[in-house]
Amino acid sequence: MALRVLAFARLRELLGFGERALDVGDAATLDDVWTSLTAASPEAARMRASTRFARNGVVVDGSTRVADGDEIALLPPVGGG
Amino acid sequence: MIRIGPEPLDIAALVAAVGSPSHGAICTFLGTTRETSPGDERPVEALDYEAYVELARTDFEAIAAEARERFGPLRIAIAHRTGRVALGEASVAVAVGSPHRGAAFDACEFAIDTLKARAPIWKRETYRDGGTAWIANTPS
Repeated sequence: MALRVLAFARLRELLGFGERALDVGDAATLDDVWTSLTAASPEAARMRASTRFARNGVVVDGSTRVADGDEIALLPPVGGG
Repeated sequence: MIRIGPEPLDIAALVAAVGSPSHGAICTFLGTTRETSPGDERPVEALDYEAYVELARTDFEAIAAEARERFGPLRIAIAHRTGRVALGEASVAVAVGSPHRGAAFDACEFAIDTLKARAPIWKRETYRDGGTAWIANTPS
């Protein structure tokens, strides 16, 4: 399955992309996507507890399965205002 | 009215957007950029905001709808800047028009508190010594 992944703020810097394509296996969850993307960055991996996921513009939890063509966003702790 | 982008905030346009002949109150809130963060005395030279614009827009609309559910018939405008914002300038603005001032004050506070708690917007401080840090909001 082909996903489009967006990363913001500190996660964008640590992971080295703001947007990228990612291929994952069938039945992959957002936690699987996270594990795959942060495998090379322990500092990013440590942000899991404070990171929220959005799937196609809706905030969902890590057990959510992804589907082909999804837009996945990784949202670190927010600082707007 | 929802605005998310790099242009300076047009407060007059926000106020105009929430006015109504049936309203007796307009409450506005402006959040301005500050030269130090709590607990960090390093002077800030510049602030940059980053947004997941599509989701932030949806979220601002949801915040406005939630405010109407809680505080009754009102009109709300929310605007947030992205990119570099100079010190002392407004980075966020909320305007609420309501039949009476109590609901306007309450809805304005609810909207800015909710935005700061969850809207997908991030702030990076750049210090005069050249360092940078992403600053997460704390509960108000």
